[in-house]
Amino acid sequence: MALPPGVTETDFVDGLAAMRSAVGSEWVFDQPADLNTYRDFYSVLWGEPEEKMASAAVAPANVEEVQQVVRIANERRIPIYPISTGRNLGYGGSAPVLNGSVVVDLKRMNRIIEVNEANCSCLVEPGVSFFDMYRHLEESGSKLMMSVPDPGWGSLVGNALDSGGGYTAAGYRGHFEAVCGIEAVMADGELLRTGMGALPGSETWQQYRMGIGPCLDGLFRQSTLGVVTKMGFWMFPKPEAYLSASVEVMRFEDLEELVEIANELEYANLFNGMPGFSSPVLTRANPIVMAMVPEPEEMNRLVGETGLAAWSFSPNFYGPEKVIRAQWEYVQSRFAHIPGVRFNETGSLRLPISADEMERIHKPRFGIPSLEIFNVGSRGYGDFNPSDGHIWFSAVIPRSGKGIVEANRVMRRECERLGLNLFMFAPAVTCWTRSFVLFAAVPVYKDERNAHLREAVSEIIGICAEHGWGEYRCPPAFMDSVMDAYSFGDHKLRRVNEQIKDALDPNGILSVGRYGVWPERFRAGRDA
Amino acid sequence: MRLLLASAALVALGCGAVAAQQVARTGPGAEELQAGKRVYAHWCAPCHADVPSLAGTMSLAVKYEGSDIPAALEDRTDLPAPVISVFVRNGVAWMPPFRKTEISDADLAQLNAYLTAPLEDRGAHVPLLAEEMVRMQEGGE
Ligand SMILES: Cc1cc2nc3c(=O)[nH]c(=O)nc-3n(C[C@H](O)[C@H](O)[C@H](O)COP(=O)(O)OP(=O)(O)OC[C@H]3O[C@@H](n4cnc5c(N)ncnc54)[C@H](O)[C@@H]3O)c2cc1C
Repeated sequence: MALPPGVTETDFVDGLAAMRSAVGSEWVFDQPADLNTYRDFYSVLWGEPEEKMASAAVAPANVEEVQQVVRIANERRIPIYPISTGRNLGYGGSAPVLNGSVVVDLKRMNRIIEVNEANCSCLVEPGVSFFDMYRHLEESGSKLMMSVPDPGWGSLVGNALDSGGGYTAAGYRGHFEAVCGIEAVMADGELLRTGMGALPGSETWQQYRMGIGPCLDGLFRQSTLGVVTKMGFWMFPKPEAYLSASVEVMRFEDLEELVEIANELEYANLFNGMPGFSSPVLTRANPIVMAMVPEPEEMNRLVGETGLAAWSFSPNFYGPEKVIRAQWEYVQSRFAHIPGVRFNETGSLRLPISADEMERIHKPRFGIPSLEIFNVGSRGYGDFNPSDGHIWFSAVIPRSGKGIVEANRVMRRECERLGLNLFMFAPAVTCWTRSFVLFAAVPVYKDERNAHLREAVSEIIGICAEHGWGEYRCPPAFMDSVMDAYSFGDHKLRRVNEQIKDALDPNGILSVGRYGVWPERFRAGRDA
Repeated sequence: MRLLLASAALVALGCGAVAAQQVARTGPGAEELQAGKRVYAHWCAPCHADVPSLAGTMSLAVKYEGSDIPAALEDRTDLPAPVISVFVRNGVAWMPPFRKTEISDADLAQLNAYLTAPLEDRGAHVPLLAEEMVRMQEGGE
């Protein structure tokens, strides 16, 4: 039997027995065949002694059972690791960060507690998937849409807690940004409600996010501080129409201004959809991999030779048709002075979406979940396939033309030097308000190639940090290095996180090690 | 793991690959297969439905290129239940394993019953969720 670190066999056996009586014995798993299903299928440590694996898994059905499980663990100092749907592929799957933790699998808690049409919000349990929510909304004739990530099998709660992103309107597509109200079981087994949820009888839990005093929702983002059992979200009313467009410029030198004007337009709410920034000429070989940005003369020569634009900005609009047409017209007027600028309308439709349209659209732009994205790994693009999975590398870079060019060049150059293959590379993803996140997908294999991959990615984390770029999210194998890069004030950020951790979870049982925050008892071994 | 999957594949071949037969696939299918069909629709179809661009279907099309084994799982008649179970619980290529909190053993048994039933009993192919919802909306208008 694999034991969690720091736990005696007696305590572990006794703890699992207590958990069995709390949740029912069929919902406690400790046999290898079952634990195999909790492994991170895209782990960069697959099959190695350091692979992070669950020693057991327990699946409570309601809040009371979660409280019991947490209390049982706390009394015996058994590390537990809550997951909602556990589909965090590319960022850790359903495996814990600390090897030997007991995974608390919340998939069975799958109630959509409320969709409030008048308030345009919902309150859900952790096991509710994007597929479940979409079906519920459509079957109930809802006027609302839920922002979804590319894979639809994940959960509103787990995805938001890891700070996931979708493709819909501003304020909704950065999924944690749309959270309003959290209920969590704390390490002592007590229940906390944030915001207006703390005021008994309030009807405003999903209206006013902050409540009184410090806003505690942030305690649960990428954290180690509680087991979230309910979460509220603001939802976007389905628009009458949708329009996507592009502004293309023909010179290397135009990028800075393109981004600057686009930013101003977005921050002034002149378009509300997710903007795209790319380079048609540098993605001509592969639409999901931007090539190295060459010197200006070379880039301009390529533009002349191919007729493809140097850069593109693609605004998207949701709203009444009249309004979004006027917005698009205004957007064009702001770029009209750039020599050679080209404007294209790339798609438009009126809702509801027809069966024909459904086959053509990128579904997540309309809050429609699917698993279509997975074809990138099935020979959809590139010649690296078949790999055994991939990890995401995703760093926050400055939202400017210079940011795009520098991040592109540094990443391309360093990946080439380190022999790191990328099968998706987009330097300026805009899910999260006011930022660019550089995204790279690195193929992983279930063999010795992973050792090199780990070294290379660690090196790249360091190189990005030297440029002032930090990751917004990462797989467990890199969490310590990524947190290390946020080092201002002699790592004050991490140290304050540790102080909060020790105060709220003195026995150090919850989500140990997640995003580089370790409880006192495991801190010494952090760098081991 | 590799070994396990390799032997599962051998078992599959040993059972004899059956060509996609020209069987009418209409209607809901046999009553006793409906539970399994729902499991298939929710958990498998998003990648394995009869749409060439879906990950599972695309991978299997490459894998079985040149053979008469169909790419869509719902058209397969050569998969014995134990093989299906091995793939569901162990994953393969990019497909991760499915946990018992997602597909319970009882669900898996239903799924196996559906995917091993004669084609004529399976009824029409399941729609993808988005397709099902659009049809429902259009039908309701
Ligand atoms: C091909 C591909 C494309 C992807 N595209 C996207 C995308 O477009 N957008 C995106 O955001 N992601 C994307 N991902 C990453 C990932 O698959 C999704 O973010 C997915 O939704 C996360 O899994 P989940 O929802 O099941 O969360 P979970 O795995 O349940 O949760 C993630 C983590 O949050 C914590 N957590 C979860 N629930 C709780 C709880 N109740 N209490 C306390 N802590 C908790 C745990 O630490 C857990 O490990 C992609 C992955 C792949 C492979």
